[in-house]
Amino acid sequence: MADLFQPIPARPAPVATEGLVPWVRRNLFGDWKSAVTTVLLLALALYLLPGLIDWGLFGAVFGAQADACQAARGSGACWGVVTEKWRVIIFGRYPYEEQWRPEIATLVMVAALVASCVRWFWRPWLVAMWVGVLVVFFVLMGGGVLGLTPIRTDLWGGLPLTVMLATLSIFLAFPLSVLVALGRRSNLPAIRTACVIYIELIRGVPLISVLFMASFMFPLFMPQGMTIDVLARVLVGITLFAAAYMAEIVRGGLQAIPKGQLEAAATLGLTYWQTQRKIVLPQALAMVVPSMMNNFISIFKDTSLVTIVSLYELTGALGLALNSDVNWRPFKIEAYLFITAIYFAFCFAMSRYSLWVEKQVSVSRTR
Amino acid sequence: MSDAIVTFEKVNKWYGNNFHVLRDIELTVARGERIVICGPSGSGKSTLIRCINALEEYQEGRIVVDGTELTDDVKAVEAVRRQVGMVFQQFNLFPHLTVIENLTLAPMWVGHLPKAEAEERAMRQLERVRIAEQARKYPLQLSGGQQQRVAIARALCLTPKIMLFDEPTSALDPEMIKEVLDVMIELAGQGMTMLCVTHEMGFAKAVADRVIFMDQGQIVEQNAPHEFFDNPKSDRTKDFLSKILGH
Repeated sequence: MADLFQPIPARPAPVATEGLVPWVRRNLFGDWKSAVTTVLLLALALYLLPGLIDWGLFGAVFGAQADACQAARGSGACWGVVTEKWRVIIFGRYPYEEQWRPEIATLVMVAALVASCVRWFWRPWLVAMWVGVLVVFFVLMGGGVLGLTPIRTDLWGGLPLTVMLATLSIFLAFPLSVLVALGRRSNLPAIRTACVIYIELIRGVPLISVLFMASFMFPLFMPQGMTIDVLARVLVGITLFAAAYMAEIVRGGLQAIPKGQLEAAATLGLTYWQTQRKIVLPQALAMVVPSMMNNFISIFKDTSLVTIVSLYELTGALGLALNSDVNWRPFKIEAYLFITAIYFAFCFAMSRYSLWVEKQVSVSRTR
Repeated sequence: MSDAIVTFEKVNKWYGNNFHVLRDIELTVARGERIVICGPSGSGKSTLIRCINALEEYQEGRIVVDGTELTDDVKAVEAVRRQVGMVFQQFNLFPHLTVIENLTLAPMWVGHLPKAEAEERAMRQLERVRIAEQARKYPLQLSGGQQQRVAIARALCLTPKIMLFDEPTSALDPEMIKEVLDVMIELAGQGMTMLCVTHEMGFAKAVADRVIFMDQGQIVEQNAPHEFFDNPKSDRTKDFLSKILGH
């Protein structure tokens, strides 16, 4: 007698596999080794935490009193250094009475950055908005029009400089890197060679030396009487540096596109640029979102190197604020924790946003 | 022959300097003819049909497609590709675009059709391959057979005169082969010129006007299907047929 096919109805799993308790059981107390580790780490945290809270909170001095801070040394944090110096740390050498200008300029730019991350704003006028934002930023910072006192670019500093350098160099380097990556895979030997030389040259030197060249050597080669603003030179330096690294990331994505995609596009009669724009880049860039964002974050932090050419961005401004002041110099750690928090806020936001973007671009790949 | 749509004249092709992949290929395809090409792997059959739309270049001889000689000239390549649709073994759908976007891309960007018209045309082709209800899905959300039918529809959207099929069912689960073959049989019935690399001998018997057997870069034998299967002339063909029909 032939067996009849009897479908077995689906039933729920006998033990819960989702939720907090199963998660804890599986990940923290999976076997005796992880259980011991969990207990030891918990004990360590309980041992260290009270001291840390005491130092940072209950024993800490929040007012700008250098004497009180001296007295509390070793037992409590001196947040007073931030209370006292935050304007120099945030705005660098920018003249004190005019600091409302970088404040507004930075807020406008950060608001524009946040807006650009939201899907609703991805409309054609976003470009126009950015042009407006940049005009507002540079007019406010530089002055010289609308009755604003002119402020030389070498006096710009602190967070506004950090945000502006990172934003502009990322925006400029990204399209450049895509072109260089495409160029490196071009069939035309001249273009390919030029791109390879550019990438290898830039990758072969540290960012510091690029900045040195942009700042000190480049002017020597300029014709007499002609100068380019140091900030512009440094911005170009960072952009060229970042683009070389990003080009290699993009190239990784390009190489992961199966040849069949190109053949299908060719068969349909798409031109080279149509194929790149409609088929290759959307897929290649979607694949490299994590490493691209990694690079963006690294550029944001690398802007701290412009201090060595006397542009005092956030990190440089901190040194500026404390090095010359004997009263407050001992409390560098607290001040560094302050700018650490600022850097972390920006970088963590970027990293979270990257996860969201990854989810968006993987829509087509989920079944 | 005035109604020839593809002609190969003494075509030779090498990969690198030493791998002679196509040897003295002579082939004339009549308008509306349905040809099945079979042969062992590495025999050059895919390379042969990929030469027709210039996915592969050749070093000697002459290929003329619908009156245009295929040369290095970009214009000639463009003109030929406009007349030739192709379906691949691995479908090669664009995974980041929905089904309908896959179909409208080329008509809009190459044919400069307005979006509404391109979508209307796409829906007509999707109905033709019986998959219109999946138009808004992404390719990877479909089964292999469905994906291959979308790929056929995509090629048809450019109203080609010739369709090339490069092992269209080889990557499919057995249960899905039939739905793709049915679409191809229907297409054949509508008078499309087709060149099909496949080992589906049932398909060859059902629709082919001619079966071509290739080995080591040469056309070993070609004949009408019943003659080819019942009365193969060369020993190499007999050997091949006994292997693929034997089980």
